[in-house]
Amino acid sequence: MSDLFPVSVRNASVRRRGKVLVGPVDLQLDGQGTSIVIGPNGAGKTSLLKMLHGILRLGGGQISWACPTEQAQRQQAFVFQTPVMMRRSVVENIAYPLRLNKVARQEALAEATIWAERIGLGGDALQRPAVLLSGGERQKLALARALIRKPRLLFLDEPCASLDGRATREIEEILTEVAASGTRLIMSTHNMGQAQRLADEVLFVLHGKVAEFSPAEAFFAGPQTDQARAFLNGDIVE
Amino acid sequence: MQAAWLLVTLDADLVEITLRSLRVTLSALAVACLIALPLAALLAVRRFRMRRATIAVLNALMGLPPVVVGLVVYVMLSRAGPFGVLGLLFTPTAMIIAQVIIIVPLVASIAHQSLRDLWSDYHDLLISLNATQFQRICTLLWDGRRALLTAALAGFGRAIGEVGAIMIVGGNIDHATRVLTTAIALETGKGDFAMALGLGFVLIALAVAVNLSIHWLGKTESEGRW
Repeated sequence: MSDLFPVSVRNASVRRRGKVLVGPVDLQLDGQGTSIVIGPNGAGKTSLLKMLHGILRLGGGQISWACPTEQAQRQQAFVFQTPVMMRRSVVENIAYPLRLNKVARQEALAEATIWAERIGLGGDALQRPAVLLSGGERQKLALARALIRKPRLLFLDEPCASLDGRATREIEEILTEVAASGTRLIMSTHNMGQAQRLADEVLFVLHGKVAEFSPAEAFFAGPQTDQARAFLNGDIVE
Repeated sequence: MQAAWLLVTLDADLVEITLRSLRVTLSALAVACLIALPLAALLAVRRFRMRRATIAVLNALMGLPPVVVGLVVYVMLSRAGPFGVLGLLFTPTAMIIAQVIIIVPLVASIAHQSLRDLWSDYHDLLISLNATQFQRICTLLWDGRRALLTAALAGFGRAIGEVGAIMIVGGNIDHATRVLTTAIALETGKGDFAMALGLGFVLIALAVAVNLSIHWLGKTESEGRW
């Protein structure tokens, strides 16, 4: 399967009931590093991620991957802000993407067990119904379910929202490991500390548009726009 | 007292009628579930023109008058009807057909309510995982199986207590198409209230027993189940 990068986003937008949720967006993303999407509530971070991933249909413009779109979608995964817990056990939740790809049940469960142990949900937790997991455990499960597909590109929508410090650190450790293994990360967050720890580049989103896109060091040292500066200072941005 | 005696001694007629009732109703339920559950899942995951209208019609058909269903099936299966050549009128098969028509809208509507909610939970995930429409439907049916059990039980309740349609298409023939409900109607008409009451108790016990055993098998109320 050929690589999906670089990806070029041209004039892309998403509309719902006549209202523009995202866009127009113009971007060029290469295949390395971690991009952090930041911006105030309602700025369109989630919608931007969903648009890039293909969950939200484009209302205009285009997203061009280096390979056919169908192939590109198979190389991506998405971790949602509120993890979707399927009504199955932990191990069956993690194995689900492999089962969709017609991997034999035993093989899928064996692979899922390895991932579950890697994220600290091995042993007795394997057969627990996923809906009984805590917030942090759910997020880790969602991450394992995304990673079991071995994605080239992983979208994460505020994966550490409402998690405590320990759970956040555990997730960040996994993400750092994943990024080091060559997976491209695009992640939204409200946690500026986390953004500084993980980001190679920053997309500052406002009113559904990418207001600023720059390397992380440059962004945090001196944002180009007044709104980004105000946002980093903790002011209200409108 | 006489009714209780019939039950205690496992009266042969009573047992025969009871078993036939179960056979007809469970067969109808199985066929209805095969039609209604995939239909409910399809309506949940697929967007198409007239979808809302289809759901509205399905809901409206829940109140389908059994006597009218019986009449239509009778006309279809009678010698002059389009399926008369099959010779199904006044057989248990005709009764099953009538019951299927009556309970499919009910099972499909209740199942659709549950699956629609489940689909709204799973929507983004399944799209993200590039699940095909068939895979989406299978996933919803499997993960929603306990909620679907309720839909099936509602169908069973409606079918086992049905009398109008199966009286018309079955004819209430002794040792052939007589079931609990039609037998109760007959015995009441004859003034044999003991037999009618005995059959009534069996009917209620049967409905309760099937519900309980399915709940028990499905472990619907167990901790950590769905």
